[in-house]
Amino acid sequence: MNAKEIRQEFAKSKIGLAGIGILVILFALSVIAVTTIPAETFKEWNNPSNWITYPKTSEPAWINYISSEKIPEHKILKNPQMLSQTSGEVSVISQNFAVDFNYDGFPSDFIYEYSAKYSGAPLLQMSVIRPDGLKIDLISRSLPQSDGSIYSEQIFSTDDSVKKNLRKNANNFTFTTDLLSAEDIVFSETGQNKILKGKYVFQIKFYNVASDVDIQSSKLILGGKVYGIIGTDDLRRDLAVGLLWGTPFALFIGIVVAIGSVVIGLIYGVFAGYKGKITDESMMRFNDVIYALPTLPLLIILAVTLGNSIFLIIGFLVIFGWVGVAKISRSMAIQIKTLQYIEAAKIMGQKDIKIIFKHIIPQLLPFTFASIAIAVPGAITTEAGLSFLGLGDPTYPTWGQILHDANSFGAAARGLWWWILPPGIMIAITGLAFVFIGNAMDTIANPRLRR
Amino acid sequence: MSFKRYLLTRAITMFGVLMATLLLTIALIGSNMDVILNKSVEIEIRKMVTDNNTCKNMSADECEVLTQKLIDERKRVLGLDKPWYEPKRIGLAVQKILILDFGHATFLTSDSGSSDVKDIIIEKLPRTILLFTTATIIISLIGIFLGALSASKLNSKLDRLTSTFAVVSSSFPVWWIGMLMIFVFAFAYQIFPARATPPIPSTDPGYIGALLYHMTLPVITIILIGFGSWAYLVRNFMIGVLQEDFVTAKRAIGIPEKKILYRHALKNAAPPIVTVLALSLSGSLGGAIITEAVFDWPGMGRLYYEAINVLDLPVIIGATYVLTAFFLASIFLADILYAYFDPRVKTG
Repeated sequence: MNAKEIRQEFAKSKIGLAGIGILVILFALSVIAVTTIPAETFKEWNNPSNWITYPKTSEPAWINYISSEKIPEHKILKNPQMLSQTSGEVSVISQNFAVDFNYDGFPSDFIYEYSAKYSGAPLLQMSVIRPDGLKIDLISRSLPQSDGSIYSEQIFSTDDSVKKNLRKNANNFTFTTDLLSAEDIVFSETGQNKILKGKYVFQIKFYNVASDVDIQSSKLILGGKVYGIIGTDDLRRDLAVGLLWGTPFALFIGIVVAIGSVVIGLIYGVFAGYKGKITDESMMRFNDVIYALPTLPLLIILAVTLGNSIFLIIGFLVIFGWVGVAKISRSMAIQIKTLQYIEAAKIMGQKDIKIIFKHIIPQLLPFTFASIAIAVPGAITTEAGLSFLGLGDPTYPTWGQILHDANSFGAAARGLWWWILPPGIMIAITGLAFVFIGNAMDTIANPRLRR
Repeated sequence: MSFKRYLLTRAITMFGVLMATLLLTIALIGSNMDVILNKSVEIEIRKMVTDNNTCKNMSADECEVLTQKLIDERKRVLGLDKPWYEPKRIGLAVQKILILDFGHATFLTSDSGSSDVKDIIIEKLPRTILLFTTATIIISLIGIFLGALSASKLNSKLDRLTSTFAVVSSSFPVWWIGMLMIFVFAFAYQIFPARATPPIPSTDPGYIGALLYHMTLPVITIILIGFGSWAYLVRNFMIGVLQEDFVTAKRAIGIPEKKILYRHALKNAAPPIVTVLALSLSGSLGGAIITEAVFDWPGMGRLYYEAINVLDLPVIIGATYVLTAFFLASIFLADILYAYFDPRVKTG
């Protein structure tokens, strides 16, 4: 059967075309991931400081379209209204961040992030003016002594002095505020602990003696409870980035492992089958030994002791992956070698290697492609399983690792569905695409399966 | 090749695999193992010296010298003065493991507090067997019934549904379905507990009941993932049998279709089915590590997972050995059954 016939046969199979369709989408996603998201982002996947400006444990943003309540979105406020005053020796720089807060829930937190150049030890004051006119002081602290160098800081709503200042305001509220977090008090009605909608102004003032404070950059982050297409996890990571980056890695691992193990198995099996006798016997006994090894425990031990770089794991998976193909291709080679043209080639004095590679293996090509396609899902799920146990390569985000983190943070029992569903669906869809293609190829390779 | 000889070669291969796994494990974690063994000898001797009051009339320095001498002597007796890859040491280690002497765990203990690896394994193994045999039995019952039914109604809705379900379900990882099940049944509808470890001590009379209740969610998950491909397999075996002449003859006599299906055809499809059953049992044992980790089921798999997390090497070696032994035993059983049912294997 030549390539054109195979293509024509394949085009007849609906399920095979569906598989190709999914695969094309996955490849497109990989290309998008590689081109649009800078490589630094995914290398920083496990670096918490890289994700500080993202909201914690947020549902996907589209949830607002289907939910009756409007869940607060993530807001990063930049370009505040600036004002500078000088009275005598003291200069005051104030920043006003105004925001219309019209959601039905409290934000998850707020963070003020700035970097400033100053000399001396200026005083920083942060307060919020609420829609009902109540002004709450949040923080008042002096910055460390400096002589003109740049100082950057993040002030979190969980800061102890924020808590202390809020305790002073406790008598403004009719309910007990002791156990509530800062954002739940600041954004609450005074009569009951319910969200107060309207315009909030966060005011930050820098007081300094003799010289001005030069604010290089500043932003106020109002942590939302919804974010992005997929949402974020407990470590504030944008899951969409992780999923997108997981795609090229899953495809890479799956395809490389499948090609590697099928090619090795094919050559091994054909060689054993063609040679026969003692060679065949001893090669197949070795095959039996590898076949009977308990794969997962050994993979785990290998990953723990020899290391878990992505290439090592690919190698380990190939070591355990070639056995089945070797068995089948051996039996096929035994059938083919009795055919007359092989006998003829032998009598003409062609070398064994040449007969194997020129006359036997080309006959097995459809079978080879089918086996490769069928081997991919196994490789992807096994790698995901290893990652899930925490033995994956920590430098890259993979679907298995996202699920590992989800499991170790107890996402399932806490109901964080957006952390669990998407990675698993990606694994399954990728697997299905290859199973579809493999089944279609298998029908071509084994005409007997056709009905 | 006679049947006996076939069995003998298989048995020898299996034993070879067991030894190969063992040697591979020892080779991979041998160097770390040395450090741990040396430490444990030191602790043991120092404890002995203080317990027996050996240094009663000695100064501190003299006592230290004596203790050191005792430690060195013990290490020499145990062969620890030589590196782990010395043939004699490997031989000793293998010999010890063969008689199931795995030594003491470094961190982990059994529920009753023993740190003997053998005790820990003896405690955990029955639970894994309980979970996975229960699930496998239910899977095969559903699978055989459903498979036979779809084979008799080829290309019906049921048949197509079974085939689709088989393909789709086999591409989901079991542990992921496990997380979803926890989400649905422990969070959304609080029917089953999220952790499969019963909160009461194992000596409590209600323990077995609690264990069974906690087992429900993992069992349902394993069944959900497994029965589809089982039904598909049985269906394919049955299609072959149903096309044979004897079935046509039985139909011609007028034996009811149901009787033909479940009595006569199933009997003829039994050999490959039984073989696959034994093989799938061994396969699920390997998968136990991840499944038990998800559900926190207190069996061998979770023991393995915990041992990896804290690098408890004696437990890793012991658990690998026992898991491998069980794995091989079921492969061997599958071999025997296959050869017993299929005479072509006997004659080679």
